[in-house]
Amino acid sequence: MIKLVIQRLALGCLLLLAASALIFFGIEILPGDAAQAVLGRSATAEALANLRAEMGLGRPAIVRYFEWLGGVVRGDLGVALTNGVDITSALADRFSKTLFLAFWAALISVPLAIFLGLLAVRFRDRWPDKMISAITLTLISVPEFIVGYVIMFFVAVKWQLLNPLSIVTANMGVFERLEAILLPVLVLTFVVLAQMMRMTRAAILNVMESAYIETAELKGLSRFEIIARHAFPNSIAPVVNVVMLNMAYLIVGVVVVEVVFNYPGMGQYLVDHVTKRDVPVVQAAGLIFAAVYILFNMFADIISILANPRLRHPK
Amino acid sequence: MSKELDHYSNEVAKGRMSRRDFMGRATALGVSAVVAESMLATSAQASTPNKGGHFSMGISGGESTASLDPATVTNDVGQSAGRMTGDTLVNVNADGTIDPRLAESFEPSEGGLVWTFKIRQGVKFHNGNTMTVDDVVKTLQRHSNEDSQSGALGIMRGISTIEADGDSVKLTLTSANADLPYLMSDYHLVIQPDGGMNTPADGIGTGPYRITSEEPGVRYAFERFEDHWDPSVGHYDTAEILFINDETSRTAALQSGQVHFINRVPPRTAGLFNRAPNVEVRATAGKGHYVFIMHTDTAPFDNKDLRLALKYAINREEMVEKVLAGYGEIGNDLPVNETYPLFDTEIPQREHSLEMARQHYEASGHDGSPIILSASEVAFPGAMDAAALFQQSCQAAGIPLEIQREPSDGYWSEVWNVKPFCASYWGGRPVQDQMYSVAYLSSADWNDTRFSSPEFDALLIEARAELDLERRFELYSQMGYLLREDGGLINPMFNQFLDGTSANVAGWENDPNGSMMNGFVGVRTWFS
Amino acid sequence: MMRIPLSALIGLFFTGLFFLSAIFAPWIAPYDPSAIIGDFWEPISWEHWLGTDNIGRDLLSRMIYGGRTTIFVAAAATVISFTLGTTLAFSAVVIGGWVDMVLSRFIDLIMSIPTLIFALVVLSVVPVTIPVLILVMGLLDLTRVFRLARAVSVDINVMDYVEAAKLRGEKTMWIVFREILPNALSPLVAELGLRFIFMVLFVSTLSFLGLGVQPPDADWGGIVKENKEGLIYGIPAAIVPGIAIAILAISVNLIADWVLSRTASLKGGRNG
Repeated sequence: MIKLVIQRLALGCLLLLAASALIFFGIEILPGDAAQAVLGRSATAEALANLRAEMGLGRPAIVRYFEWLGGVVRGDLGVALTNGVDITSALADRFSKTLFLAFWAALISVPLAIFLGLLAVRFRDRWPDKMISAITLTLISVPEFIVGYVIMFFVAVKWQLLNPLSIVTANMGVFERLEAILLPVLVLTFVVLAQMMRMTRAAILNVMESAYIETAELKGLSRFEIIARHAFPNSIAPVVNVVMLNMAYLIVGVVVVEVVFNYPGMGQYLVDHVTKRDVPVVQAAGLIFAAVYILFNMFADIISILANPRLRHPK
Repeated sequence: MSKELDHYSNEVAKGRMSRRDFMGRATALGVSAVVAESMLATSAQASTPNKGGHFSMGISGGESTASLDPATVTNDVGQSAGRMTGDTLVNVNADGTIDPRLAESFEPSEGGLVWTFKIRQGVKFHNGNTMTVDDVVKTLQRHSNEDSQSGALGIMRGISTIEADGDSVKLTLTSANADLPYLMSDYHLVIQPDGGMNTPADGIGTGPYRITSEEPGVRYAFERFEDHWDPSVGHYDTAEILFINDETSRTAALQSGQVHFINRVPPRTAGLFNRAPNVEVRATAGKGHYVFIMHTDTAPFDNKDLRLALKYAINREEMVEKVLAGYGEIGNDLPVNETYPLFDTEIPQREHSLEMARQHYEASGHDGSPIILSASEVAFPGAMDAAALFQQSCQAAGIPLEIQREPSDGYWSEVWNVKPFCASYWGGRPVQDQMYSVAYLSSADWNDTRFSSPEFDALLIEARAELDLERRFELYSQMGYLLREDGGLINPMFNQFLDGTSANVAGWENDPNGSMMNGFVGVRTWFS
Repeated sequence: MMRIPLSALIGLFFTGLFFLSAIFAPWIAPYDPSAIIGDFWEPISWEHWLGTDNIGRDLLSRMIYGGRTTIFVAAAATVISFTLGTTLAFSAVVIGGWVDMVLSRFIDLIMSIPTLIFALVVLSVVPVTIPVLILVMGLLDLTRVFRLARAVSVDINVMDYVEAAKLRGEKTMWIVFREILPNALSPLVAELGLRFIFMVLFVSTLSFLGLGVQPPDADWGGIVKENKEGLIYGIPAAIVPGIAIAILAISVNLIADWVLSRTASLKGGRNG
C-alpha cells in the first residue's frame, strides 16, 4: 500500500515536470510576447525593444525554461513580467480564494449529490426519483453563465437581497466572506451536482442487479440498508472518480463563474496572464492546477483500489 | 455661446478659473459685467460640493496584470487610478481650453520652438516631500529617454531637451509646435517623486487621493490626501476602483447600488438601463471613432476606386442606429469632427450610395476575388456586428466582402497594423495636429492606413508651426478634403462615451476628451 | 416491443424536432439567417416569430441554422471522444502492464492542464474551422471518457467471467467488445448523454469566448454572446438560445435515461 502511494507520488512529480514543459512551450508558440502585450497598441519599436531587454526575453526559450525550473526547485517562483509582482504571494492569495469557494461548493454539493443519488435509487421510478432527475437535468442543461446572470438578476437586482458581485477584500471577516460568495457557491453547486448525482444513481443501480444484493434481500434487510451497506460501497469506484473530477473542476475550471461574479480567483488570474504572455505566472499557476489534478486523480485511484478487494490483492 | 459661459462659470465655482479671468472672457463674448456677475453667483450656489462619503467605481478594462506605473498604463482602470493619485502639468478642459495644473503657467518663445512651464510651488507628494522642478524634469525624461518603455514615448519624440530653468521647466523642440501644451496633458505624464525612476509603480503622486490598497485585477482603494494643493477637487473621504470586465455584471452592480459609477454602458441596453430608478446614463459626444482601415499601399486597397467603392457602400446611419443604438454620430472618413478646435464643418458628408459604390467598384477593375475584412470583438464593442452590416451592404452593391474573425487575444499585435483591412478604433486626441501626427503623417508611428501623401505631410508641418488661427483653419480644411477623398480610413461613426452613475452623484460634466469625465470622475464629482 | 415511457417520448419528440430542423434548415427557415430585415431586438410578431436579434436579423432563422451548427459540432465531437476514449480505456485495462501505464499517465498529463488554456492555445494558433473545432473538442474530452471508462472496466476486468475468457485464449478485442463493453454499458450510456450536453455547453462557451464558429454563421452559444446584454432585460434573442440549449440537453438525457433502464433490464435485472 505504502509502496503504491510512493510510486504514484514519484509519477506525479514526473507528470508535473512534463506538464510544465508543455505549458511553457505552448505559450512560447503563441503569437506575440509579454512586452508587446503590456504596451498594447501604444507600443513603439523602441519602447518594445527596451521592455523586451528588461524582461530578459532576448535569450533562447530553452535557457529561460531551465532558469525558471531552477528557481522552482529552490522554492522561488520569480516575479511577474508584466507588473513585477512577487508571484508566490500573489498566487497564494488567489489560490486561497479559489480554495475557499471550491471548499464551500464541494461541502454542499458532494454530500447532497450522494444523498440525492441514494434517494433516487431507493425510490427508483417513483416520483422522488423522477423529480430529482428532472431538476438536476434542468440545472445541468443551462449554460452556467445564464444560471449565473439569472440568479444575479433576481437575487441582487430585483429583490436586492445580496450584492451582485463577490468582492472579497483582505479586511473582511469569515461571515462577510461567506455572504459575498453565496451566489457563486449556489451556481457552482448547480453545475456539479447533476453529474455526481446521476453517476451515483447509475453506479448503484448497476450493482443492484448483482446476485449478492438478491442474497441481502433474501436475508430480509430493508431496502435502504441494502443500498447503503451493500450496493453503495461496491459502486464507489466510478462515484469517487466523478466526485474527484468535479472537485478538480471546482478548483480549475470556474473561470466563467469568476467572470460573472467578478470573484478574484485563479481562473481569471490565469487567463489574464495567458493573454499577456506572462510566462512565469502562467507556469506557476499551471503547475498548481496540474498538481491539483494529479493529486485528485491519485486519490481517486487509491480509493478505487482500496474499495475493491480484488484490486487490493492483485494476482 | 451661453453654453460656453455656463461652462466658464462652473469652472470658477470649482475654483479652476479666477473671477477676473471669467469676467474677461464674458465681456469678450459680449455679456455685460452685471449679467456675468449674477451668473457667477447662481453657479457657485448650485454647485457647492459636499464633502465625504465612500465612492465606488466599477471600471472595465483592467486585468490582474495591471501595474500602477503611469508609463505602461493602457486602459481605463490605469488611467483613472493615475487621475486619482497624480496630476499632470496641464489638463484639457471640456471646451478644449487648457487648464494649468502642476504648471502654474506656460509660454512659448522662438515661434513655438521653446516652451517654458512655470512649476507650482509648495505642492506635496503623498510621501510628504515637496515637489521640485527636478521631479518634473526627471518624470518627463523617464518618458522620453532611450530606454523608456512609456506609452507616451511617441508624443515625447518631438522634444529634444528637457531642462530645469529656475522654478520652470524648459522644453526645446526639434520643430515648432503651437499645440505642445496639449501633449503635456497626456495621462501617462503623471509627475512622480524623482520622476519615478526607482519605484515607478508605487502610486505616489501629488493627486487628491492616496492609494491605500492595491490588488491588481480586483480593487484599488483610496483615501483623500488632506495636503492636496487644490481644495476644489477630491470630495470623497474614501474611494475605490473595482475591476469589473463583464458588462452585464457591471450594470447589475450599479443597478443594485453596490457601485456608484460604471464605465462602458452597453449602448443597446442603455435606454432600458436608464429607466431603472437611481441610475443615470451619461452620454457624451466625443472624439473616439470606430473604423475600418485599409492599407493604401497593399493590393487591392492601393486602388483609389476600390477604396471609394467601400466608402460609398458602408451604411453609416444604419451603423449608428444598430451598433451604437443611436448613441453616436456618423463619420465622414476623417479621424476628426466638430469637437476639435479649428475643424471645418463645411466638408461635405459622404452619403451611402450603392450606385456610386457599384460605379467605383467597376472602375477599379477588381477581379472579383473576396475582399477579406479582419475583425474581432476587441476592435471595438460591436465590431462583429458592424462587420456583418458592412458585408450586407457591400453585397447589395455587388462587392464580395468576406469577414475573417480573428482571435481577440493578440488582435492588437497580430492583426491591427499588420493585416491590410481590419476593424479598429481610435480614442481621439485633444487637437487635430496630434491626431494627424500619430496616424496619418507618412512617417507616423501608428500609420495604420499606410497613408503616404507628401502634400498632406507638408500641410501638417506647416499647420503645426502656424500661430495664425485663420490660416491654420484653412490648412486643416485642405487636409480634411485630401484625407477624406484619398485616405485608407473608412470612418462610419463617432461613438459617444456611455457612463453610468447613481442618481445621487453630482458634479458630472460631459467631457469630449475621454470617457469617465476624461478619467476625472472620482476627482471632480461628489454625493448630492 | 416494450412500452415507451412518457418522459422518453418527450425526449424523442424534441430531439427529433431539433435534428429534423437542423437537417432541413434551408427549407424551413423563413429568412436568410444573415440578412438584415428589421430594427434590432424587435419583439415577437407574426413576421418574426421570435423577434429579431442584435442587428435586426430574423431570430428564428438564425436559431434554426445555429442549431444545425451546434448539434453537428457537438454530436461529431461526442462520437470522436466516446469511440476513441472507451476503446483506448478498455484496451489499456485488458492489455494491462506498461500499455495501461503509459496511456493512463499520458491522459493524466493532458488532463492536468486546464482545458480552457489548452483550447485557447490550440485555437489561437490554428485557424478555427469547423473540423478543427470538432477535433479539438473531441480530443480534449476524450481524456474524461477515458478515465471513467477505465475506472468502470478495471472492476469488470477482474471479474471471474473475464478471467475465464482470458484463460480460454480469447483475443484482446474480443474481450473488450464481448465481455467488458456490455457490462460497462449502463454507466457509460448515462455518461454519453451528459457528454453530449457538455459538448453543447463547451462549444457554446468557446463561442462565448470568441473562439467558436466564424460569423456571420453562429451557433447557439454565439447567438447568446451576440445578444448577451439583453439577457437581464428579458430580450428574447438572449433567452431563446439558452432555452434551446436546455431543451436539447434535457431531451437527450431523457432518452439516455430510457436507454439506461432498457439495457439494465436486458441484463436480466428484476426492476426493469
